[in-house]
Amino acid sequence: MSIRTKIGALAILAIVLVVLFMTIDAGGHWDYIIPKRGKKLIAILLTGTAIAFSTVVFQTITNNRILTPSIIGLDSLYMLLQTVIVFIFGSTALTLMSKNLQFVMAVGLMVLFALLLYQLLFRREGRNIYYLLLIGLIFGTFFSSLSSFMQKLIDPNEFLIVKDKMFASFNNVNSDILLLAIGGVLVTGIYFARFNKYLDVLALGREHAVNLGVSYDYVVKRMLIVVAILISISTALVGPITFLGLLVANVAYQFLNTYRHKQLIAGASLISIIALVGGQLVVERVFTFSTSLSVIINFIGGVYFIYLLLKENKSW
Amino acid sequence: MVKVRGVSKQYGGKKVVDNVSVDIAEGKITSFIGPNGAGKSTLMSMISRLITKDAGEIVIGGTEIGSWKSNELAKKISILKQSNHINIRLTVKDLVSFGRFPYSQGKLTKEDMKYVDEAIAYMELEPMKDKFLDELSGGQKQRAFIAMVIAQNTEYVLLDEPLNNLDMKHSVQIMKVLRRLVDELGKTVVLVIHDINFASCYSDYIVALKDGKIVKEGTTDEIMDPAVLKEVYDMDIPIENIGGNKICVYFT
Repeated sequence: MSIRTKIGALAILAIVLVVLFMTIDAGGHWDYIIPKRGKKLIAILLTGTAIAFSTVVFQTITNNRILTPSIIGLDSLYMLLQTVIVFIFGSTALTLMSKNLQFVMAVGLMVLFALLLYQLLFRREGRNIYYLLLIGLIFGTFFSSLSSFMQKLIDPNEFLIVKDKMFASFNNVNSDILLLAIGGVLVTGIYFARFNKYLDVLALGREHAVNLGVSYDYVVKRMLIVVAILISISTALVGPITFLGLLVANVAYQFLNTYRHKQLIAGASLISIIALVGGQLVVERVFTFSTSLSVIINFIGGVYFIYLLLKENKSW
Repeated sequence: MVKVRGVSKQYGGKKVVDNVSVDIAEGKITSFIGPNGAGKSTLMSMISRLITKDAGEIVIGGTEIGSWKSNELAKKISILKQSNHINIRLTVKDLVSFGRFPYSQGKLTKEDMKYVDEAIAYMELEPMKDKFLDELSGGQKQRAFIAMVIAQNTEYVLLDEPLNNLDMKHSVQIMKVLRRLVDELGKTVVLVIHDINFASCYSDYIVALKDGKIVKEGTTDEIMDPAVLKEVYDMDIPIENIGGNKICVYFT
């Protein structure tokens, strides 16, 4: 099967699932169903693409196929922010606070954190990208310890509100936020376009990339900012779900078996959409909302991750 | 012309390359020799902008290395390091095509493909051009990487220990190809090389380094001298003339 056919097949499967998602059990109440499911669907398409895209780019930059952008601690920062709001102002503040404000604040804080981290590390020349990952990992652990500490102090009822935020959910997406998110993703995508050609070369590693005339530090720094913005937007939109990226990126590498990033990104995005729309269908129709999508994704992703580790272990 | 003037590099207070000045001769093979830790690879990495220098200047074609646009410099000078582990699965042809990136920015034209095919033919890789790199032997892989550098078609070709891990046959094969690059295509080749006899038989100039400084530089004849080698390597190295080549007999 050629790569084109494979991507075509993925696209068809994605479209079938989308149509199914929109029409199943509709019962003719279109004026109610279309906006309600449409919002969910747009959120899924947006996050699915953003997560798949940023994971593939991140793994190319780090030359490592078992990392996800969550390693720089953005997810944990998001959870910390939610916990701090509930801890200081109480859960009513979180429910009363304007959703737009929350979204902008969360995205702003995460991007600011990523920028500070990069600034700290790239100011001095010769710093390795793995320093960044290491420091990010430490910050991430610090943030999550801090949030779990606060979660233990707060009222159990309030904790439930925080716990709700720990799992990604597409069930109550606000349409104003959706517009903001679409705008953000589009602008980032346009900014990324001119760096697109460098990705294949970056996959060869730093030395080959420099030899072939890529301004390595310049390009990598900008790619990391693009990744941070996309992750922040999708996390603030639906919750922490970066684990999905690991799953879909690796399925894409294995299924497409190519190094060309144009095809890899397209494939990974489609697989991501298939997983999310399919998963959401299962959550809604099979489990009738008794579980959340991210539980299923994390379960499948975890099993796949162990499989990957075992496989890599053998190939050494 | 590559001019190196007063270049230094230090890691944690230790000067790895210390105020080195050298000119690289056009259209010749120049070999950097010296004991481990002499700063040969570091010097080469600085010349090819893989690492930054702490002091001094490196002028390539009349322009300081920092003032070059990275993409333009990639059409002038290329480097191949000793370890070439690549994480992605590529065929030989894909790899060699990457050599055209400075010209094509990823969109290969007919002319680019001509250079790629020529480079593959030059390294005699045609029978295996559609094979994946991980299916090749060490020597074939090394040839594939050199083919990539040839497709890059630069005036200066820098190679950091190109014979690393190769057997005698493949070492000779690679050195002969490098000689042809210089004699037939007029390239300037710079090598970091550990086997002194390969340096003696194939290079035009030798630069001997020790403790980050140049001990002596000159034509191969001048450097292949027991007194000079004693200073560089701290051991007595008798030199025999075999078949018109100066061969070091240092094994016993």
